[in-house]
Amino acid sequence: MLELKQLYQGFRDPTTILSLARDIARLADKLPAPLNVMEVCGGHTHTIMKYGLLELLPSNIEFIHGPGCPVCIMPKERIDQAAALASIDNVILVTLGDMIRVPGSHGSLASFRAKGCDIRPIYDPLDTLKIAKDNPKKTIVFFAIGFETSTPMTAVLLQQAERQGIKNLLFHINHVLVPPAIDAVMQDSQTRVNAFIGPAHVSVISGAKIYRSTVEKYATPVVVSGFEPVDVMESILRLVRQRIEGKAELEIQYTRAVSEAGNLAAQALVNQYFQTRMQFRWRGLGEISNSALALKDEFAHRDAERIFADRLPVKQIDDHKACQCGDILRGLAKPKDCKVFGRGCAPETPLGSCMVSSEGACNAYYRYQGIQKETVARS
Amino acid sequence: MCLSIPSEVIAVDAERQSVTVDTLGVRRDVSSHLISDPLAIGDYVLIHIGFVMNKIDRDDALNSLELYREIVEKMGGNPLN
Amino acid sequence: MSDLPRDKSIQLSHGGGGKEMNKLIRELFFAEFDNPILRAEEDAAKLDLQGANAFTTDSFTIAPLFFAGGDIGKLAVAGTVNDLAMMGAEPQYLSCSFIIEEGFSLNQLTTIVRSMAKELKHSGARIVCGDTKVVPRGCADGIFINTSGIGRILKPQISAANVAPGDAIIVSRDIGCHGAAILMAREGLVLESELQSDCATLWPVVEQLIAANIPIHAMRDATRGGLSAVLNEWAAASQVGISVDEVAIPVSDEVKGLCELYGFEAMDLANEGTFILAVPQSIALGALEIMQRFGHCERAAIIGTVNEAHIGKVVLNTPWQTQRYLDLPQGELLPRIC
Repeated sequence: MLELKQLYQGFRDPTTILSLARDIARLADKLPAPLNVMEVCGGHTHTIMKYGLLELLPSNIEFIHGPGCPVCIMPKERIDQAAALASIDNVILVTLGDMIRVPGSHGSLASFRAKGCDIRPIYDPLDTLKIAKDNPKKTIVFFAIGFETSTPMTAVLLQQAERQGIKNLLFHINHVLVPPAIDAVMQDSQTRVNAFIGPAHVSVISGAKIYRSTVEKYATPVVVSGFEPVDVMESILRLVRQRIEGKAELEIQYTRAVSEAGNLAAQALVNQYFQTRMQFRWRGLGEISNSALALKDEFAHRDAERIFADRLPVKQIDDHKACQCGDILRGLAKPKDCKVFGRGCAPETPLGSCMVSSEGACNAYYRYQGIQKETVARS
Repeated sequence: MCLSIPSEVIAVDAERQSVTVDTLGVRRDVSSHLISDPLAIGDYVLIHIGFVMNKIDRDDALNSLELYREIVEKMGGNPLN
Repeated sequence: MSDLPRDKSIQLSHGGGGKEMNKLIRELFFAEFDNPILRAEEDAAKLDLQGANAFTTDSFTIAPLFFAGGDIGKLAVAGTVNDLAMMGAEPQYLSCSFIIEEGFSLNQLTTIVRSMAKELKHSGARIVCGDTKVVPRGCADGIFINTSGIGRILKPQISAANVAPGDAIIVSRDIGCHGAAILMAREGLVLESELQSDCATLWPVVEQLIAANIPIHAMRDATRGGLSAVLNEWAAASQVGISVDEVAIPVSDEVKGLCELYGFEAMDLANEGTFILAVPQSIALGALEIMQRFGHCERAAIIGTVNEAHIGKVVLNTPWQTQRYLDLPQGELLPRIC
């Protein structure tokens, strides 16, 4: 019998974490070159920092924090669009939690809310249905964010709005995809990344299969990992083994939740409502082709981006000059390399996107900073 | 989008495509729209922003925990002692 | 006991200084808070104070007004009484001001006032003066309450600046219950659990500690900002380092469950009847025993020590021998989505 508590405690067990650390340390001497692991997903960044895992690893293993936080990679012009939508008379803008803290070029959504715009942070996208029903004379815009993990939930919301004939609900879609972001990192000639920890919940939905091409194209190992500290440590161990044996394979550590194929029902829903965008600009990474989703043409009547096209600013806004979020998201700099880190830029007054969300690299370093030695193995 | 944690199914409402889950004593209703196979009471599931994302494979989780016991032993037993 | 009709609501006239207001004051407030100083109905309460006294004030606004384990009335009394108790002062006199939104249910007001009267009994403090204002609909969110309090200081040396290297840090019970109960009751997070707010008057246990002559260096209730805020404030005010063992901090399963669901940290969640204590390590077990045996603090625990490393900082030790700083909580408490 497996108790639910074991699913928490078993994967945070101190003796297991320390034993895995010993095993990694023992094997790390045999690594042919430093292991520069990119954890693509912000959830892993959070785990690594919160649980102090850097301290447990030898100096020839380094984490490079990747672009996998949907809040962090959102360019300012998209926030400006959300603010513009919220400023239209009789519009209620609905979005998920952290998003309202992200600064656009004229302030965050929280500051627009303080000015009187009706902006509602929610936890559950389906709550938007109730807001739409309760406010029949208003237009509700769901500002949809997230990677593969959260796209199916937006699809269900759209499906329900169609089925229930809720006409006053529109969507502003900002869903992005992990594999093109990995490509963008690997195609950068300066990249030092030579191994990946694959996202946990993106993979629950999409299946581990989406990393096949990464492994093949770049001969780089990928281990899909769970979010608990034991999961991350075991994944590091597996990456070390692969590098020692000269392999570059796709492995799933998080087998209790991730399969090769993923959640097919969720994938079918996404395919029913969404199409790939030709281009999407990522904060820090720039334009990446086929890296984001938009509503299909047949749902144009739900698409706030089309319906309010004349009201939405399209001017591209670059980051603050001193902000190094771009380099951090590409793994070329650490948060502490940035001149404004902890000075002009802090969680309550973020200049850059990586400081906003608790899954952003800068925010995680700021919150949990200081004691951990940084395992910098820069050549 | 990385906050997703295991919970136990304690009630199923197939008609509304909704299940009640318990997370360490906190109960809430979540959507099962994304799950094609029917869920049953006692299933462990992952929840993300109000939706069940999938079922957790118990055997697999037990196998992992067993593997960790072996690693602890191989590395010389409880390192905290 | 009040015999006001049960189905009525508060009108602007209840704050107008006339007949209706008089009726409300006499039949509800005087009846429930009954004592001779209040009944004297002078412009100000006359108090006979001696020696050193502590004086504090706090305003209470909370949504929802009624929650598992308490309501705004209980909170308004316990909150101010606790601020006095944390200074080693015996709570004696309270003032109480209501700002009530027009249309507020008289029934609910009665419940709130009775809850205040009941909570006062735990410390013996009395409400000796008060004020009532009614504002037009939309100008307040139901009801706001301000209470101020005065108490005689029995233990003068307690201060956030007196935490010393070699002290032990004790927490009086499992943390985060109030913050978690309020979050669960909020619209949008439709959650159910057995969890109750820890909202309670702390004077009885503090009285026991003082009676036992425990040399308390610092004592603070971990309200907004939770355990993290108190420890950081102490580390800064006393210029010491505080080292805390994560596993030693008591957290109930339900609070853990809520934190897992929404990405909160139990140490950042508010409490309303949980306090932190710094005492010399040699006396820590004795203090703990008094709290557990006589103070209904069954889950009280020693969670850390004070030292001279990392001055001004709080260091959290994980069970796998890594460390990190425990920072002050920041910003609005929003569910972590990403």
